[in-house]
Amino acid sequence: MPVKLYSSKVLSNRPVGPGVFLLKTIYEGAAAPGQFFMLRAWGTAEAPLLSRPISVHDCADGILCFLYEVRGVGTAKLAALRPGDKLSLTGPCGNGFPVSAVKGRVALVAGGIGLAPLLYTAKCLKNCTADLYCGFRDEPYALDPFAGLVRTIEVATDTGRFGHKGFVTDLLDAAAYDCVITCGPEVMMEKTAKSAMRAGVPVYVSKEAKMACGIGACLGCSFETPMGRKSVCKDGPVFSGSEVYAL
Amino acid sequence: MRPDLSLNLCGCGLKNPVIAASGTFGYGVEYSGVMEVSKLGGVCSKGLTMGGKAGNQGERLYETPSGLMNSIGLENPGVGHFIEHELPQMKKLGVCVIANLGGGTVESYEEGAALLDAADVDMIELNISCPNVKAGGIAYGIKACSAREVVGRVRAVCRHKPLMVKLSPNAENIVEMALACQEAGADALSLVNTFQAFAVDLHKRKPVFENGYAGLSGPAIKPIALRMVHQVCKSVTVPVVGLGGIVTGHDALEFIMAGAAAVQVGTANFMKPDVTLDILRQMEAWMEAEGVASLDEIRNIL
Repeated sequence: MPVKLYSSKVLSNRPVGPGVFLLKTIYEGAAAPGQFFMLRAWGTAEAPLLSRPISVHDCADGILCFLYEVRGVGTAKLAALRPGDKLSLTGPCGNGFPVSAVKGRVALVAGGIGLAPLLYTAKCLKNCTADLYCGFRDEPYALDPFAGLVRTIEVATDTGRFGHKGFVTDLLDAAAYDCVITCGPEVMMEKTAKSAMRAGVPVYVSKEAKMACGIGACLGCSFETPMGRKSVCKDGPVFSGSEVYAL
Repeated sequence: MRPDLSLNLCGCGLKNPVIAASGTFGYGVEYSGVMEVSKLGGVCSKGLTMGGKAGNQGERLYETPSGLMNSIGLENPGVGHFIEHELPQMKKLGVCVIANLGGGTVESYEEGAALLDAADVDMIELNISCPNVKAGGIAYGIKACSAREVVGRVRAVCRHKPLMVKLSPNAENIVEMALACQEAGADALSLVNTFQAFAVDLHKRKPVFENGYAGLSGPAIKPIALRMVHQVCKSVTVPVVGLGGIVTGHDALEFIMAGAAAVQVGTANFMKPDVTLDILRQMEAWMEAEGVASLDEIRNIL
């Protein structure tokens, strides 16, 4: 699926958690789980200067869904979108999770808004039994659509108000799985990936980065890996654990 | 009648004066899915160095009001890799292919220029203005005497290709710098590269960029870039390619009126990946509405 520029129209955009929104927009193309789009709903004369990279939450029947957290000016502008508003999409960008190569028992491990790419990933897994582990600050959100897609949902919260009080990484026994797929804060992904790597279990992480172009042209999101420099937008955002971390 | 935007830049025929600026457009092929790259006048490659570079550590991007700071640090695969792998693809774009060459030592500039001179590029843009690499870019871009030396040495090995020198707005005196490069043999000048700038992470109580200072681009710098292009165009005889914050066709036309032969579009590519085609359409529409048949009618009239 080549990267293209689409002029889309918003279908709905509603809060589903604390500062977290679910945006549905028209899109007739395809996307792989773990890929992302550059979103822009403001003119070239308006702030912020750059478009915002947001991962695919779901993609089916001509509708593309994004689950995003309001973090700054760009996501605040996205949160203000109403049905019928225009939205420019550049994508699908990046590689995505290698779902067709994954078999057996799969652990999906999310930290906060890192949950976003894991719904479409869970949907695209075939011949797998998946368990979802997710950590939140306080209140869980956006978990309902996972019912029927995963065997169990384990929750950890910083406050302890829901599920385990502590880190989501406390809950995961990577050795019990054939594959681990993770997205969330860098520290949490590193911990998850290294536990899987120590157990000899294949692990895939989806990295986040500030981006300017989203298509491998500017190298603004390039970072150092044990295998040389990689760009998050084009070489990733999905990397195997060993591409990114050294044990 | 449809206005004629074509031009001859140092012997290279360009369909129009809109060129994608170095570092914002990869090698052009990255953009071929999102727009018809062949409609552009030219594409400047990512800044290349003789041995390649890993670029800078830490943060590389930072948004400011109407601007973007970057500290990429000339990450590139090297001139040799470019000639073997990226250049053949660039040549298929159907535009004027401009290789942007950065360096460290004068010798590395010479080596790179010699290789590019023998390769299938249409033009070489000599980058003596990258603010993000300590030895190399900016060192030559600030003092006219340093620029004169490196341009002269590169000119001596660059015997077949037009040589455009990209100037830094951080030069001590932009007009003296332009004249020094012209005298040293530049066939054209492009200006301006990014302004050296500083960003502070208040929370961490540290500079945002590991390198300290970084380069500011985008609409925030346009009025200063335009002033520098105007000053240089009044002083030199070689063609000047203007850049700095161009987002619209009107911006581009302002640079032409200030004397630019052509323009480059950089940061705006990140706002809207096909912005260069919008710019072309807006230029044509303005010319039609104003009854301007050729850019020559409005170039350097201020």
